[in-house]
Amino acid sequence: MKLNVNDRQHDLDVDPRTPLLYVLRDELKLNAAKFGCGLGQCGACTVLVDGEPVFSCVTPVSLLAERKVTTLEGLGTAAEPAPIQRAFIEVQAAQCGYCIPGMMMRAHALLQKQPQASDAEIQACLEPHLCRCGTHMRILRAIRLARSLMMAAQAGDRR
Amino acid sequence: MPGRSIARRFAISVGVVCLVLALGIGTFFFAAQAPSMDPIVPPPANSFASDLVQRGATLAAIGNCDVCHTAPGGREFAGGRALPTPFGTVYATNITPDTQSGIGTWSQAAFKRAMRSGVRRDGAYLYPAFPYDHFTLISDEDNAALYAFLMTRAAVRVTPPANELPFPLNMRPVVFGWNLLFLRTGPFRADTAHDETWNRGAYLVEGIGHCGACHTPRNFLTAEKSDRRLSGGESEGWTAYALNDASPAPVRWNAETFEHYLRFGFDQSHGTARGPMAEVANDLHAVPQQDIHAMAVYLAAQIGEAKPPSAKVEQQQAGQNRGKTSAANSADSQAAVSRAGGAPSSDEGAIIYLGACAGCHEGPRAMPFGGIDLALSSGVAGPTPTNLFNVVLYGLPAAEAVRVPVMPGFAAVMTDSQLVALARYLRAHFTDKEPWQDVEQSLRAARRSAQAAIVRSAPSVRLNPPGTAQRPQNEAQR
Amino acid sequence: MKGEAVILSRRSVLAGSGALVVNFSSLGRVAAQRGGDEQGGAAVPFRGNLSKFPFLDSWIRLNADGTIVVFTGKAELGQGIKTALLQIAAEELDAPFDQLTIVTADTARTPDEEYTAGSHSVQDSGTAIMHAAAQARQLLINEAATRTGLPAEELHTESAAVIAPDGRRLLYADLVSGQMLHVEAAAQSMLKDPRQLKIMQQAIPRVDIPAKVTGGEAYVQDLRPADMVHGRVVRPPSYGAKLLDVDSSSVETMPGVIKVVRDGSFIGVIASREFQAIEAMRALAAAARWQETATLPNGAALPDFLKAQPARDIVVLDARAASAAAAKSLSATYTRPYIAHGSIGPSCAVALYDGDAMTIWSHTQSVNPLRGAIAEMLGMPKDKVRCIHAEGAGCYGHNAADDAAADAALLARAVPGRPVRLQWMREQEHAWEPYGPAMAVKVEAGLDASGKVIDWDYTLWSNTHATRPGPAGSLIAARSLAAPFQQPAPRPIPMPEGGGDRNSIPLYQFPSARVMHHFIPAMPVRVSALRALGAHMNVFAIESFMDELAAAAGADPVQFRLQHLDDARARDVISAVAQRFGWSDTSRRKLPGRGRGFAFARYKNLAAYCAVACEMEVKRETGRARMVRAVAAVDAGQVVNPEGITNQIEGAILQSMSWTLFESVSFDERRITSIDWSTYPILRFSAVPDAIEVHIINQPGQPFLGCGEAGQGPAAAAIASGIADATGQRLRDLPLTRERIKTAIGI
Repeated sequence: MKLNVNDRQHDLDVDPRTPLLYVLRDELKLNAAKFGCGLGQCGACTVLVDGEPVFSCVTPVSLLAERKVTTLEGLGTAAEPAPIQRAFIEVQAAQCGYCIPGMMMRAHALLQKQPQASDAEIQACLEPHLCRCGTHMRILRAIRLARSLMMAAQAGDRR
Repeated sequence: MPGRSIARRFAISVGVVCLVLALGIGTFFFAAQAPSMDPIVPPPANSFASDLVQRGATLAAIGNCDVCHTAPGGREFAGGRALPTPFGTVYATNITPDTQSGIGTWSQAAFKRAMRSGVRRDGAYLYPAFPYDHFTLISDEDNAALYAFLMTRAAVRVTPPANELPFPLNMRPVVFGWNLLFLRTGPFRADTAHDETWNRGAYLVEGIGHCGACHTPRNFLTAEKSDRRLSGGESEGWTAYALNDASPAPVRWNAETFEHYLRFGFDQSHGTARGPMAEVANDLHAVPQQDIHAMAVYLAAQIGEAKPPSAKVEQQQAGQNRGKTSAANSADSQAAVSRAGGAPSSDEGAIIYLGACAGCHEGPRAMPFGGIDLALSSGVAGPTPTNLFNVVLYGLPAAEAVRVPVMPGFAAVMTDSQLVALARYLRAHFTDKEPWQDVEQSLRAARRSAQAAIVRSAPSVRLNPPGTAQRPQNEAQR
Repeated sequence: MKGEAVILSRRSVLAGSGALVVNFSSLGRVAAQRGGDEQGGAAVPFRGNLSKFPFLDSWIRLNADGTIVVFTGKAELGQGIKTALLQIAAEELDAPFDQLTIVTADTARTPDEEYTAGSHSVQDSGTAIMHAAAQARQLLINEAATRTGLPAEELHTESAAVIAPDGRRLLYADLVSGQMLHVEAAAQSMLKDPRQLKIMQQAIPRVDIPAKVTGGEAYVQDLRPADMVHGRVVRPPSYGAKLLDVDSSSVETMPGVIKVVRDGSFIGVIASREFQAIEAMRALAAAARWQETATLPNGAALPDFLKAQPARDIVVLDARAASAAAAKSLSATYTRPYIAHGSIGPSCAVALYDGDAMTIWSHTQSVNPLRGAIAEMLGMPKDKVRCIHAEGAGCYGHNAADDAAADAALLARAVPGRPVRLQWMREQEHAWEPYGPAMAVKVEAGLDASGKVIDWDYTLWSNTHATRPGPAGSLIAARSLAAPFQQPAPRPIPMPEGGGDRNSIPLYQFPSARVMHHFIPAMPVRVSALRALGAHMNVFAIESFMDELAAAAGADPVQFRLQHLDDARARDVISAVAQRFGWSDTSRRKLPGRGRGFAFARYKNLAAYCAVACEMEVKRETGRARMVRAVAAVDAGQVVNPEGITNQIEGAILQSMSWTLFESVSFDERRITSIDWSTYPILRFSAVPDAIEVHIINQPGQPFLGCGEAGQGPAAAAIASGIADATGQRLRDLPLTRERIKTAIGI
C-alpha cells in the first residue's frame, strides 16, 4: 500500500491491520513517535493525519491510504528546527524526553489552527498526554514560546 | 348550488370554532397563572435536621439534580446549563438558596408546589424541560428532605441566561395547556399487586429518578408518550435504550445486572455507561444499596423475563470465555482470541476492527477498563448506530485522579466511509440483527453533535468502580 | 596557577611507576582544596569500585585529533548528568565544552560505578571526573613545561591549549601522547578557583535534548541493528504462577514467527515484524494455562498487614536522654500504599548473542550488576557478557529495565546472530515492575511548656527498598526457568544511606530522640527502590508531624522549624522559601478553600537541602485538592548546571504531587489490578499548578550534593499541610484522595 509520510510517498508491504506506530518506527525508521501504552491512554505515539493529532498506536495503516501523515521529523531537523522544536530546546523542556514528541505534535496542530490559542487552551489540549518526570511547567512554557515564535514568523511573512 | 352552500356552511363553522378557540386561548394566555406565594427569609442551615438533609442528598443523587442544574465549569446547583429542546434552548435555573437568583426566598410549600405541579414561587409555569411530570410523584416527606438539602447548599448569586424560545412558546402560560394535556399530578400511589421493593423501585424510577424522561419516546409536543413508557428515547445526541421488552441488549438485563450497572456505571455483560448515563451512574454510586436494588427490581420487571441469548451471542460468549475468563485471564497478560480469524480479511471494516479495536475489545483487561466484547454491546445491537458512533468518534476521556475506562476517539483519523464500513461490519459480525438503515445520516448527526455527545470528564464523571470486576471487597483501593 | 605542582615531584621520588594511589573522596571533601590550599595529605578512601580505577584515563582520554572523551559509569536517565559531567570535565580541563563527548555506563569501557542511584552521580562520578580532569590538565602543563623548558608556574591553560608567557600555544592534542594519562591519580588536585568558573554554574543546554525533539536516535527503543528481530514475553497472571502447559503449535505457524521459546514457566516469542510478535504473544498468552498460587494482602488494610508481619528490629537512632515530663504530648500514624514507577516508556532491551558472547543494550540503572546477574542466569562467564546503557524513558529507580534485559538475553540465545529487540507491554510494566514499598509510621513527641520538642520517638514499618541485581534471582525470568534461581533474601540498606529508614532521622535538634525501623522481609508484592526510597514517606511523616507539633505549640510552622535547627544551610534554605513565598505576608487575604503548607528536609541528611512551600486549594463539594503554586529552594553545594537542578526539583514536586494525591497500586487477593493508566491514574495537565519557582543557593567550592531526589519528601508534606490548613483537617494516609478529603471534612 502507499503511505504519505512527511510529504514523501512510500510503497509499503505491510499487513493493513498494523498500527501506524510500528510502520513509522520499524519500516520507515522514524524515531519520534513512541510506544508508551498501545492503548490510546498516554499520547506518546501522537502524530498528525491531515493536520489532526491521532494516536498512531491504535490507527491501522489501512485507514491512511489517501491521507497525509506528519511526524515530528517532518516539522524540522536538528540543523533547521521548526519553531516548536526551537522552543523546546530553548526552554530545555525535557527530562527523559520520551513523552515530548507526542506533545509537540499536538501543540503544533493547535497552533497551526489557532495561532493565538490562549494559555488555557494550550493546557487543555494537552490533557490526553502523560508526563511522568514532571516536566509540565516547562512544556507549557515551551509551547507558549512556540506560539510567539510562530506568530512572529507569520508577521514576518506578511511583510 | 348545493356543494357551494355546504362548503360555505363548513367554512362558517370552522370560522366560529376558530374564534371560540382564539377567545379561549386568549383567556388562557392572560389568565393562566397560578397564585404567587409569598417570599420568605431563608431558614438558617442549622435549622434542618442533619438526617433530613442526608435523605435529601440521597434523593438529589437519584434525581441527578446537580447535572442539569450545574453549568459545565460552574458552581454546583447554580444553573446555567443549556438544555436543548426541539423548540429552542431552556437554561436550567439556579436552585441554590440565593435570595436573588436562586430559591432562597421559597417556602417549603412553594418548593413542593414546584415539584408537584411545575409552578414557580411567583406563580409562573415552569417549562417541562424540568421533569415535574415525574417529580409530581414525590411524596411530601421526600420533598421536605429535598428542600432541606437544597437550602443547605452554598448560595451562589448568578442568574442563568434567558431561555431561547420562539413566540409563542416563550410565553409561560402556554405550559398550562401542556399540563392539561399531559400532567397527571401525584403523589405516587403504590400498586398493591406488587411487593414493597417493586413499589419502592417504581416510586424512585418513575418519580425522582425520572428515567422515562430520557428512556421514553416523546410526541411532537415533547411530552412522553404515555402508552410507550420506557420504550426508548434520546438525550443530547445519545440513544437511551428501551428499558422494557423492546430492550436491544444481546444479553437480557435482570435485577442483578441492573443493580451493578447503576451502582458502578458498568456491567460485565452490557458495557459501560457513557454519555448522559455516565453522569447518572456517577451520582448513583453514593446512594444506599437498598434504593438501587429496588430500582433494579422494578426495571427488571419492566424488561420482563430473560430470553435465551441468540446463538451468536452464545458463540461469542464461549469465545470470550476462552479469551477473557480462562485461567489465562489476567489483568496483565496479553491473551486475545481474535475471532475474525488470523487470516487477513479483505473486508475494510474487518481490517479496521482488527487493527484499531480488537487489541482492547478482545483483550483480557477486566471490565470496565478493557473494552466490552462487542457481541454484548447494545451500541452494536441497538436500533441505530448513534451511540456506537458517539463512542468511536469521541472516546472516553480520562478523569483526574480516579479510575475510569479510557478509550481514544477516532474522529480525526477515520473518514466517514471508513466509519460506515466499520459500523456495518460490527453489526453484521456481532449480531443477528437487520442491518441499520440510514447509517450515513446517523454518522453525520453524531459528527455534528460533537459538543453534546462528549462525555463530560472530571470533575463530574466519576464512575469509580472497584479495582476488579469480580471482587468488590477491594473498594477501598479506589 | 598558584600553589605547587606537588603531585609529580612526589611520585617521581617514589620511583615513577605511577604507583602512588590517589584516593578521591566520594564526598569531595578534598575538593575543598580550592586555590591551592592544602588540607593535609591524609588519604581518603575511594568510593565503591573507584579504587579499582585510579587511572586518569579511565575517566578522561585526549585524542590526537583534539577530541576529548569523558567516561562515566553512571547513566543518563533524563536527569542531565551527561551534560553536567561534561561541564565539570570541560571546566577543570580548561577545554571548550563542545570539544568533549561522554561515554556512559558500558561494562566494557567505563569504570564500574555500580548503580546510578541515590543521587550520587554528580556527587561521586562528578567528583572523580573533576579530579581526574584537573590532574590531566596538570600533566599537560607539566608536559608543556618540559617541552618549552619553562617552569610550570608560568604556564596557564585556555581552550584546550597551554599558553606560554610569550603567547605560544601548545594544543592539548599535540601535547598528549601515548600513555600519558595512564597514570594513577595523585593525592591532591589543583582544582579551579570557584570564583573563576566559566562552564560550571552555567545553564549549558543539555547535549541530549536536540536529538530528542527532532527524532534523532536517542533511546534504547530506537536501536535498529542489522537483522534485528522482535521479541515479546508472556508473563503469568500473578506472581510465581507455574506454567502448566502451552500449546504453541498454532503460534509457531503464525505469520512471521521465527521461534517460540519456553524454559520452565518462561515463555516468549520471536518474530520478524513487531506487530507479528505482538499478535503471536497474544495468541501464546491465550494458549497458556497457569497454576496460580500468589496470595496478596488486603489492600484496604495495608498498615495492619505491615504491622503484623515478622520484622527485624533495626535501631536507627537511640539518642534518648532523660527529660522532664512533657507539657503536651502528641502522637500520630502516617501511611502510604505501594507506589509504581510508572515509566512512560515500557521497558525495552536489545540483545545479541553471537554464539560465544552476549551483548545487551539496556536502560538499566546498573550495567555491571545486571551483567553479573545475566551471566549467572545464562551460566556464562562474566567477561562474555557485555551490558551497554542506552537511555530509556525516565525510570525513577529499579523498574523493569533489568527484567527486560534478562528476557531479551534469553530470547537472543535462542537465535544466535540475530539481535532481538524485546519490548514489554504497558500492562506488563504496570503489573510486574517492582513498586515503592507500602510503609507505616508512628511518631510520638513531647513539647515542653515553652513549646519546644523535648522528646521524639519514631517507628517505621517497611520492606526492603532494594531488590536490584545482584544475583540472578533478582530477575523475574531467572526465577521462572525450569531450573529456577531463588529470589535472594532481602537485606536492608545500611544507614547513612538507608532504605525504608532513609531520612528517618530528623535533622532537627531534639534533646531526646529514638528511631526504630521494623524491617519486614516478607514481600508478597514485588518491591524495590523508587526515587527517594523511604525519604518520601519519612519526610512526609516527619514534616506533617512537625506541623502538628507547631500547631500544638501555637507556633508558626516556619519559626517552629527554625527554632529546632542549627544547621546554617538548612536555615538558609528555609528562610529563602519563606521569604520568596511570602509566608509571613499577613497582608495576603486568605481566600476561602485555600491553605498553605511548608516542609523541609536534607536528603539523607547528607545530600541536598530542599524546602518547599505551597498553596493548596480544596473544593469542599468534590474534595478536589489542587496545588495553586509552589516555591522551593535548594542547596546542592557547588552548582554545575542550574537548569538541571531546577528541572529536577520542579519534576520532583510534580511527581510527588501525583504520588501524594492520586496514586496507589491496586490488587485483589491474587493479582495486581492496576495495569494501565486507566487503573493507575496519574497527574495530567488539568492538575498542574499555576507556577512553581525554584531558587538555588549556590555554594561555590563546596562538595556537590545530589538533588535528584531532594524534592519528593518536602513536596508531599507541604501538600498535606496545605490541605490541612485549607480544610482544618489533617490527613495522614496517602494518597490524599478526594474521597478521603470529603470524609475528613464531613461531606
